[in-house]
Amino acid sequence: MAHPLPHSGDGASTRTAGLSTGPGSFAPRVKRVPPAQRVSAIARLVTAVVVGLVMMFPLYWMVTLAFSPNADVFSRELRIWPSSWTLDNFRTVFGSFPTATWFGNSVVITAIVTVLTVTGNLLAGYAFAKLDFRGKGAIFLLVLSTMMIPVQVLMVAQFRLVTELGIYGTFWAVIFPSAASAFGIFLARQFIIAIPDELIEAAKVDGAGTVRIFLQIVLPLCKPLIAVLVLLTVMYQWNDFAWPLIALKDSRLFTLPIGLLYLRGQYGADYGAIMALALVSITPIIIMFLAFQKYFVQGLARSGIR
Amino acid sequence: MSAGTSSREESTDDTGPPPSPAATYEAAPGRASRRQRATLASYGFLGPNLVLLGVFLFLPLAWAFLISFQESSGFGASGWVGLDNYRRLVTDPTFWRSALNTATFTLLTVPLSLALGLGLAVLMNSVLPGRRLFRTLIYLPMVISGVATALMGVLLFDEATGIINKLLRGGGLAGIPWQSQGSAAFASIILVTLWIRVGFNMVIYLAGLQGISPELYEAARLEGASSWQQFRYLTVPLVGPSTFFLLIMDVIYSFQVFDTIFVMTGGGPGRSTSVLVTYAYENGFVTRDQSYAAAIGIVIFLLTLSFTAIQWRGNRSRDTVG
Repeated sequence: MAHPLPHSGDGASTRTAGLSTGPGSFAPRVKRVPPAQRVSAIARLVTAVVVGLVMMFPLYWMVTLAFSPNADVFSRELRIWPSSWTLDNFRTVFGSFPTATWFGNSVVITAIVTVLTVTGNLLAGYAFAKLDFRGKGAIFLLVLSTMMIPVQVLMVAQFRLVTELGIYGTFWAVIFPSAASAFGIFLARQFIIAIPDELIEAAKVDGAGTVRIFLQIVLPLCKPLIAVLVLLTVMYQWNDFAWPLIALKDSRLFTLPIGLLYLRGQYGADYGAIMALALVSITPIIIMFLAFQKYFVQGLARSGIR
Repeated sequence: MSAGTSSREESTDDTGPPPSPAATYEAAPGRASRRQRATLASYGFLGPNLVLLGVFLFLPLAWAFLISFQESSGFGASGWVGLDNYRRLVTDPTFWRSALNTATFTLLTVPLSLALGLGLAVLMNSVLPGRRLFRTLIYLPMVISGVATALMGVLLFDEATGIINKLLRGGGLAGIPWQSQGSAAFASIILVTLWIRVGFNMVIYLAGLQGISPELYEAARLEGASSWQQFRYLTVPLVGPSTFFLLIMDVIYSFQVFDTIFVMTGGGPGRSTSVLVTYAYENGFVTRDQSYAAAIGIVIFLLTLSFTAIQWRGNRSRDTVG
């Protein structure tokens, strides 16, 4: 899990800023800290440890059950460690269910949605940030308003729509409505608007057209933005549940979350198998998150500072 | 995507020759057509997104309104029935129960996740050994799929075999009836929601905290302000913009909660955890009363819209006052 990208100066400065702006910014030399402050430092550490344990416990429990024999789940005794480690649950999950297919389906759908969404968002973000055209304000407001439409309002009509289009039950029924997302447009617009106009003017003087400016000037500066958009879209799509649940019907075309629900419907009491599949379904996202945490956090934080 | 590609080529051709100083001699029409070309190029850039949003968001939105004025017949809908579906809503006890549950859920989860998020952000912004690790642990739940989280909740909170009740019994206490009693089921859903949600609130608050100048705290300390006073009179007001943003995001999130409830309780026991969204889904895709489901959807839409409008106005007046 090597860090694929070098730490940018941005991240480093955020970290130091974080240290110095702490509300209780304590002197770094611990020896001179008065006892009262040392007590509060210990209290904070204890609080943090408790919070960390509470946050981690459910995940720890998922892993434990996934590797425990099913008898452990139903035994009356309190046990927070498997009586014996076993891979049986994973054998069930991969042997009796098309889990590998579900995994592949999730990968394919997520990949296509991500390419469509991020491409569309970058193009639109550039237009809203740097181009001047008639109706810009009104169109931007219209696009903004789509973020307030709850998915559940649309589910019946979207279901009718994909049925009318003849794509109900196919991957495309999941992909198109999912790719119709405005969320990334705002991140893209915010990011691109900060690119100095002088760079673009200079390129114009050199005779570059709108498209060349976008491809050769703007895009190369957008790498952190693209990373954030890709990560957030992948995460969202990989985890998406309500719409694929409606749009898919053939169990061989299910994505992992729908497969997980299906497994529960079939093997309701086999908690070990359910947790094993849950673990399989969340592992890729967790790895991705741990590897690119900085981009995730920056992306989320940036979406918050409007 | 084809719209984007074609106009991309077009605009490269159009802007091909570098604009020479001589171009300034050209009269107004030349400039106007350049502006038109720019508009055309802009629409090319917007095209792919606008087409997707138009076909898969705006069209279904309009369609949902139409469906809500029709009657459901088997799979599809047919025949105009005016406001019948809405009249039915008014007298449907399950609808009111779900609306009440949605409101209660929102009123409980939003302040709790705001408070926990801010508290943790302050903690994680202070000097703390292993701070990065702790932050990661708090962020982690928000990237995990809602279904996996809810199933984890099912196992943790299982009345008979769940680890939480086993721990309680091990401590000599009575187990909590997480599945058989409505309020306990409701509490379990709130706990799982907080577990998921607190990380997002912390991220936003951390970003807000880092924008506060340390000199302010320095000055407050010189004036003899206690830690609590610093928190109450400096931190809380200064992270106001973050709170405002989170308030909107959290309300919308809580209002539209689906995965957790659908998987963990299915709205039960009885109707005690049924919310508007799960009730709409149930009507649309279980009992197949799609017109009624569409009407519930429209109600959800109007509620979301009015909430956002109120927030928007509230924020604007606050900005002009402040």
